[in-house]
Amino acid sequence: MKMTGEYRIAAPRNRVWDAINDPEILQHCIPGCEAITRNTPTNWTARVTAKVGPVKARFQGNIRLEDLDPPSSCRIVGEGSGGAAGFARGEATVQLDADGTDATVLRYTAQAQVGGKLAQIGSRLIDSFAQRYADDFFAQLAAILGGERDLAVAAAVQPEAPAPSAPHVPADAEPGAAVTRDDRPDASFPASAAKRFDSQSFTIVVLSLLLVFMTVMYALKP
Amino acid sequence: MLRFGVNVGAKFGIGQAVRRAEDRRFVAGSGRYVGDIVLPGMAHAVVVYSQHAHGMIRSIDTSRASAMPGVIAVLTGADAVADGIGGLPPYFMPADSGGPPGYRTIRPILVADRVRCIGDRIAVVIAESERQARDAAAAIDVDIAPLPAVVSPDAAAAPGAPLVWDDCPGNACFTLAFGDVAATEAAFARAAHVVALTIHNNRISANSIEPRCAVGCFDPATAGFVLHTSSQNPHGVRKVLAQSVLHVPENDIRVISPDVGGGFGMKADAYPEDAIVLWAARRLGRPVKWVGTRSEALMGDNHGRDQTADAALALDEHGRALGLRLTARHALGAYVASATVAPITFAMRMLPGVYDIPAVAVRTTATFTNCSPTGPYRGAGRPEACFALERLMDMAARAIGIDRVDIRRRNLISADQMPYTTAVGVTYDSGDFGAMMDRCLSLADWSGFPERQRQTEAKGWLRGRAVTSYLESAGVFNDRMELRFDPEGNVTILAGTHSHGQGHATVFPQLIHEWLGLPYDKIKYIQGDTDKVAFGRGTYAARSSMLAGTALHAAAQDAIAKGRTMAAQLLDADIDDIMFADGQYSVGQGNRTIGFADVVKAFYRPIGVPGGLSLGLTTIGTAGGQSPNFPNGAHVCEVEVDPATGAIHIDRYVVVDDVGRILNPMICEGQIVGGIAQGLGQALLEAIVYDPDSGQLLSGSFSDYGMPRPDTMPLHIESELAEIPCKTNVLGVKGVGESGTIAAPPTLVNAVLDALWPLGVTDIAMPLTPARVWTAIDQASKRGAA
Repeated sequence: MKMTGEYRIAAPRNRVWDAINDPEILQHCIPGCEAITRNTPTNWTARVTAKVGPVKARFQGNIRLEDLDPPSSCRIVGEGSGGAAGFARGEATVQLDADGTDATVLRYTAQAQVGGKLAQIGSRLIDSFAQRYADDFFAQLAAILGGERDLAVAAAVQPEAPAPSAPHVPADAEPGAAVTRDDRPDASFPASAAKRFDSQSFTIVVLSLLLVFMTVMYALKP
Repeated sequence: MLRFGVNVGAKFGIGQAVRRAEDRRFVAGSGRYVGDIVLPGMAHAVVVYSQHAHGMIRSIDTSRASAMPGVIAVLTGADAVADGIGGLPPYFMPADSGGPPGYRTIRPILVADRVRCIGDRIAVVIAESERQARDAAAAIDVDIAPLPAVVSPDAAAAPGAPLVWDDCPGNACFTLAFGDVAATEAAFARAAHVVALTIHNNRISANSIEPRCAVGCFDPATAGFVLHTSSQNPHGVRKVLAQSVLHVPENDIRVISPDVGGGFGMKADAYPEDAIVLWAARRLGRPVKWVGTRSEALMGDNHGRDQTADAALALDEHGRALGLRLTARHALGAYVASATVAPITFAMRMLPGVYDIPAVAVRTTATFTNCSPTGPYRGAGRPEACFALERLMDMAARAIGIDRVDIRRRNLISADQMPYTTAVGVTYDSGDFGAMMDRCLSLADWSGFPERQRQTEAKGWLRGRAVTSYLESAGVFNDRMELRFDPEGNVTILAGTHSHGQGHATVFPQLIHEWLGLPYDKIKYIQGDTDKVAFGRGTYAARSSMLAGTALHAAAQDAIAKGRTMAAQLLDADIDDIMFADGQYSVGQGNRTIGFADVVKAFYRPIGVPGGLSLGLTTIGTAGGQSPNFPNGAHVCEVEVDPATGAIHIDRYVVVDDVGRILNPMICEGQIVGGIAQGLGQALLEAIVYDPDSGQLLSGSFSDYGMPRPDTMPLHIESELAEIPCKTNVLGVKGVGESGTIAAPPTLVNAVLDALWPLGVTDIAMPLTPARVWTAIDQASKRGAA
């Protein structure tokens, strides 16, 4: 799956850069994050306890930062195994652009690959969880950076309006979604249609990996 | 002789809609399935499956799992190798019956080195409870170095594609070709019209209501295994486990398949879990039970279909077919499993179907992919054939500008052409395809369509319709039935076939009641136990009515003959004067009579052996060597499509089936309607989806895999049976189990395309989900605007 997204954060670019490179801030922003350890400046480990529905589980993920170009861009590569629950690998390119002096536009492109049970039974659930966690993450980040609660999660949100002559978009296509997904020719199979990644999912790998693990645990609940 | 409706025999006899004897226990919850079996000391197995579609196993760490509560053993492929455990071969290959050579695979019951699909079995945990086993299975760490994977047969055949088996170039396992290429090319060269299309028959899952399960036992005293398994073919399972996996004599294994909740071809052969529970039971000295989950079924059961085909039809200026050409790639998955060669062959051999097509050339390549194996699934190749042919017929009618009914009338094989041999060498004994179509059109009020269309259009929807014909080939191999009479004069049928939804416990006693005159409710029926039934081949390929029916007829005739000898003694008459009718022996037409049951009792007299006969009466009948029979019929479907959402509503569905001599019309119609539901499932909703890059399974639960539901189905399927007795078996029966599944997909798809034709939509790949239908409408409207 391939995802892109764009967020406007009401803080100068340097502060945003520092924040997303600060384990302590990330730990606060990621729901359920117990620890982020910076083993080396570019090699991190994260431990998250997540509770989704009746399931509470602890996950471990490894993250590597590459192509660092402070304060404007970096590439984040991560992978983790959830044992029988499946595995995930992913990478995200994050770009920060100043929007005036006191705001920053964060753009990301992420590619994640999930496998095992995660792919088999989690794919429908990932969207909504990723959305919620992304929102929570940005709300926290905004609160920490500016004391502002209502972080703008807008920017570049161009609903893909149907052509005037075209019939209505089916209900499950979520036409207002901002995020585009690499749609393959077969994307309209029932499973992959539902998988169309229309949600706003911020996939700094810490998130993408851990969220999908939780999804799996949710799906695996007795 | 053509008859619509049913010829009725004796009460509870042939042609009666006798209610199914087995249903009382099923609806009352007293069926006995493998999952119900609880044995003293029984342990529980949970299997660890590969999470990678292709890769090398670097390590399997079982240490955490082994230390967990309740865990008795953790076994891997290395343990299986050390114990000399073999793997699962295909049931047969083309080369076994004189066909072309192929790449024969052996599927390990636990993979030790290289995984080739999601769902390859890697390890098994045996624990005191299923929960403990499942927890421990989650604690096994399997480290796999991924390899590139291929998913579609087209991708697998492309140059440079990753190889599923390193020494099988191009992933091409074998190629089958039938027909006359030169004659077909000549037909295309002189044709006035040629239509062509590329179609994909979606990969689907059988989804029997009862998932597969198995209980294995081993008795060290006798060195004997007992396997309880949810199978359609217990003797077949015994053979492969004895010969290829455990390397023990067949009579060291007893296989019991009790009540089985559906098979559809998917349960026709042994699976790794069948072998695992027996092997584990022997190692541990305890019974071991494995019960598959729904997700494990979607992942690990053999799938159906997954064929891509380029098909073309050549016609003259009057719409008469001149030639038919089809080149296909049929996905095998990672292994040649079960009887998967059968659907691949049928998809080619049955392609000409009901039409008189002088030149045919078909060719298919069975292609390895990094997916679960495919195998026979209800219809098994005939749906693929029918889909291509009926889609082409509709296309041709539109291309030439003639009515879709007319083009069929011009091309159907007529009743007076019977027996008819197709251009690929299949001989049909009987059938009146035109009569089936006409009757179906009439029942469906085909001519009243324009008014219904106006009503549909008034609400902003679109209405379409289709009529298709189908032809099935039913009955393979041989089989054996046994009649065991007892001292009270009653009889037990021991069946070599295996009913798992087909109603054999009802229909076979109907036959015996009809033939021997014994009371219907005193006839017992036994199946599915290799220690009770001496031999049999199970049930699949719509084979049981013909093969078991014919074998049962032979056994009954033998019983009547032996009884005649006894009756002659009892009636003190010359054997040549003894007549048998309505369950009574009589001397000539006179009033000296004795009932069949009383004659049977005489076989159990305590002293002496009645002249020339043995103590007791058991007769055995075999059937085999007949040509298959050819059930056929017509389907009409009318749909309404909401262009705003792509939703499809099936407004009417009518089907007329020539099933030969009708044994039980209620069961026939149940089979037909159930088959249509499965066919509509493939057409509308169902798809096993793998990620095309990684080979990850994306449809591993019922929230991702769309099953047909009541609201998918038409409110009513009108079914009428026709009797044109088969000429090649003594009963005159034709099969009925697969018919509905064969014709439903092209009928539905052609009807939807008819509705969308005015919008410029010419093709939609199955399944026709609302998203796909809407997208096709959207794209067509954009093309139209451009």
